[in-house]
Amino acid sequence: MKFKMKTLAAAAALAFAAGTAQAQISGNVVKIGVLNDQSGLYADLGGQGSVVAAKMAIEDFKAKEKGLDVEVIFADHQNKPDVGTQIASRWYDTEGVDAILDVPTSSVALAVAEVARNKHKVFIDSGAASSDLTGAKCSPYTVHFTYDTWMLANGTGKAIVKTGGKTWFFITADYAFGHALERDTSAVVEKNGGKVLGDVKVPLNTQDFSSFLLQAQASKAQIIGLANAGGDTINSVKQAAEFGIVKGGQNLAGLLIFLTDIHGIGLEKAQGLILTETFYWDLNDQTRAWSKRFAAANGGKYPTMVHAGVYAGVLHYLKAIAALKSDDADKVMAKMKATPTDDPLFGKGTVRADGRVTHNAYLFEVKKPSESKGPYDYYKLRATIPADEAFRPLNEGGCALAK
Amino acid sequence: MNEQRYERVGFAVMFVAFALAPFVIYPAFGMQLLCFAIFACAFNLLIGFGGLLSFGHAMFFGMGSYLAAYASAAWGFPIELAILTGAATSLVLGVLSGFIAIRRQGIYFAMITLALAQMVYFFCLRAPFTGGENGIQGVKRGSLLGLLDLGQPIAMYYVVFAIFILAFLLIHRIIHSPFGQVLKAIRENEPRAISLGYRTERYKLAAFVMSATLAGLAGATKAMVTMNASLTDVYWTMSGEVVLMTLLGGMGTVFGPVVGAMVIISMQLYLAELGAWVTIIQGAIFVFCVLAFRRGIVGEIEAWLRRRKA
Amino acid sequence: MNTQALFGQLLIGLINGSFYALLSLGLAVIFGLLNIINFTHGALYMTGAFVSYFLLEKAGLGYWWALVIAPIVVGAVGVVIERLMLSRLYKLDHLYGLLLTFGLALMIEGGFQHEFGSAGLPYSMPESLQGVQNLGFMFLPNYRAWVIFASLVICFSTWFLIERTKLGAYLRAATENPSLVQAFGVNVPRMITLTYGLGVGLAALAGVFAAPIYQVSPQMGSSLIIVVFAVVVIGGMGSIMGSILTGFGLGIIEGLTKYIYPEASNTVIFVIMAIVLMIRPQGLFGQR
Repeated sequence: MKFKMKTLAAAAALAFAAGTAQAQISGNVVKIGVLNDQSGLYADLGGQGSVVAAKMAIEDFKAKEKGLDVEVIFADHQNKPDVGTQIASRWYDTEGVDAILDVPTSSVALAVAEVARNKHKVFIDSGAASSDLTGAKCSPYTVHFTYDTWMLANGTGKAIVKTGGKTWFFITADYAFGHALERDTSAVVEKNGGKVLGDVKVPLNTQDFSSFLLQAQASKAQIIGLANAGGDTINSVKQAAEFGIVKGGQNLAGLLIFLTDIHGIGLEKAQGLILTETFYWDLNDQTRAWSKRFAAANGGKYPTMVHAGVYAGVLHYLKAIAALKSDDADKVMAKMKATPTDDPLFGKGTVRADGRVTHNAYLFEVKKPSESKGPYDYYKLRATIPADEAFRPLNEGGCALAK
Repeated sequence: MNEQRYERVGFAVMFVAFALAPFVIYPAFGMQLLCFAIFACAFNLLIGFGGLLSFGHAMFFGMGSYLAAYASAAWGFPIELAILTGAATSLVLGVLSGFIAIRRQGIYFAMITLALAQMVYFFCLRAPFTGGENGIQGVKRGSLLGLLDLGQPIAMYYVVFAIFILAFLLIHRIIHSPFGQVLKAIRENEPRAISLGYRTERYKLAAFVMSATLAGLAGATKAMVTMNASLTDVYWTMSGEVVLMTLLGGMGTVFGPVVGAMVIISMQLYLAELGAWVTIIQGAIFVFCVLAFRRGIVGEIEAWLRRRKA
Repeated sequence: MNTQALFGQLLIGLINGSFYALLSLGLAVIFGLLNIINFTHGALYMTGAFVSYFLLEKAGLGYWWALVIAPIVVGAVGVVIERLMLSRLYKLDHLYGLLLTFGLALMIEGGFQHEFGSAGLPYSMPESLQGVQNLGFMFLPNYRAWVIFASLVICFSTWFLIERTKLGAYLRAATENPSLVQAFGVNVPRMITLTYGLGVGLAALAGVFAAPIYQVSPQMGSSLIIVVFAVVVIGGMGSIMGSILTGFGLGIIEGLTKYIYPEASNTVIFVIMAIVLMIRPQGLFGQR
């Protein structure tokens, strides 16, 4: 009798608790929105692949078994801040989205971060470059995975100087992003004993770099830093091959370049290029296993570090929710910052007070065609940059949360 | 009877529809619609009534957007002044570009406006105040005239609605004024207008500047709605979109641009998942309209109404 | 200023000028003879580059094949466009032609973008044209030298075809006074169709030239086309020789700007356009 009462009471208490826990997950569903460029410049970098990565994270986390109902939706922000903010607002307000993931293109990311801040909802970015997301424009609701301009500049700059590339010449895209990349990298180069011999500022979306490459050749710098991105970088690299720059003894340093760009340029022209990324499918057994699964679900296309960032971000987010049994944004943000990140892709890392996620970064060199065994086998590891060195120190970003 | 009555009825329908809209659709979306409706109406003033196809209107929309955003974020202007700043900037830009562009007509005029808009785009890309690729954030709506708090979407919606109605009525006034009549005459037959003694260059320039200013007003309002400004506002695809809205809605009709804007903006948002298909569909609409649907939606409706009466 | 470096930049400017000249030539041919502003030009240039890519990837047919096949394929597409759509617009305001070709450009670019994304596809340089020549003041890639040479030949041949041959005379007459020429028994609609095909074929050819050195991507045409429009406005839209000379000339000026003041190199052509319009609205070689 007593035993029964106890069991009954326990059962009732459990049911009540479960009921309350359920009620603390808004709408009884954890809804994740993957917002990125599905059709334009960054479609290969993120695009549908990010959705695949998010779904894999939900599967691997065994959300169902833990009693969590998780849904993923996605949309194309077309690299337009207006479209991005409209979708983000609508998602947060009327569609019960609890967290937005990915969001490449810094202008959109910064705008969406504002929306998330105003609406007190979670925003986990793994696609954008701007270090302002965790700096001057930081927000208590932003988590920034994968990379940012500071990390790229420092990673690539410092590691190259340390491995012998002392004299630099920059080909810089003539707008804020390019300038910032050049400025940050120059500072690192000079701090580590290198020398910047000169630079040339090139208008954005220039098709023909021959004139600027000629100037870079004439400077006789050991390293030609490409402070540009996307199509500009691809064009610079292709045309540099044409002018025999690498054959002539100079090396190119891509300051913002991804696996998918190398795929587009081809090893013939990209060989010898030095770059920094925080994930590569062929790093270790875990990354290899994951990437095989990813490629199978993504039409044979291998993952980029942005995809990896989405996976890691979703995983960490779900861990926090499961531990709290709530998707309340403030609590989840606090939990994410209090828990170290740990996943098979980035290894161990931390979510800092300013929202920046720190993990290892890697300096890669693009293989020669003869060294590659197949598509996407493009990189050889040149150096590993430990997490505490790879990202901007907490107190240097100008973020109010860092104090 | 008919022309006036038709316009009054149309206006009443439009007024009521937009007034009740925030209870049916998401207010932020409705505000976006209204801003682009103003933009399309401004563009229509130039093409539909002035006969000049500008392929560079994004420069007015975008600069209006940038200056309003900057005025609010960096100078702390209240919303009314920020919007006025944006519109005023476009007015100045309209005068400057008008001087260069008005010298030629037809296709040349279109090409020139396109090229000028590209220059403005490149300028915005590099100028520090625009925030370059990142755009301007941190725009504050604040309160209207210090009285009405605009943090609530509904409140902001009705402010935008009021701006739209004012702009619409202003354009209506321009079209039906003596100035508007001369403009139409120039569009029909410029040599004859010149022979009648009209300084057609001045009229065209005036129409151009008015269109530019109103486009700037649209951009400025949009900046306050979305609370940011970015390069997409000055890129040439924005110029193409406003042409599409006006063409689809009906060039030279009073309500056409509004309808066109509604269709295109809705399509962009609701088909956002389809990615590149949006571009293809927009292209297809262009082709279809030019080949088989030149009067546009409202134009076809008006033609049908006229046939019914006959 | 280093004269050696200067020569290098001038030569590079000449190379860019070749692209401008080829593309503005196609536009000028179409506009001069048909009075259509062909917005689709950029998209068809891009299509030409893609056709080359496909010929290589799927059929193993290299660069030299592409030079012949791509313009024919794209030219055929142009013929279809003209027959099915453009021909219906001749009686209307020319602006409709502009809007139609703009819409077609969106469709073509959107279609390619949907299929291929935006990262761009690799196209390797033909073996015979690889390598560089050491000219003393710079290393000139052989391929670029080829581009200059080939463009000059093509531009000149086209000019000759239109201005100095009987066929060209018929074409010019047909656009000035179609009914009269038709009365003489010349098949005017067919001439017009062929002209459009020729114009876009030139664009496709430029695309093949571009494939090995520029990124083969769906957007490659749209950034270029606006500059080419400016070139054509500066040159004066009716004159074929005008657009050739202006194309090369502006390429050189742009090249110089890249050396002296690179930040302005993408706006210099537009600035020149604005100036030319103030002083001589019909363009440098155009007629009023």
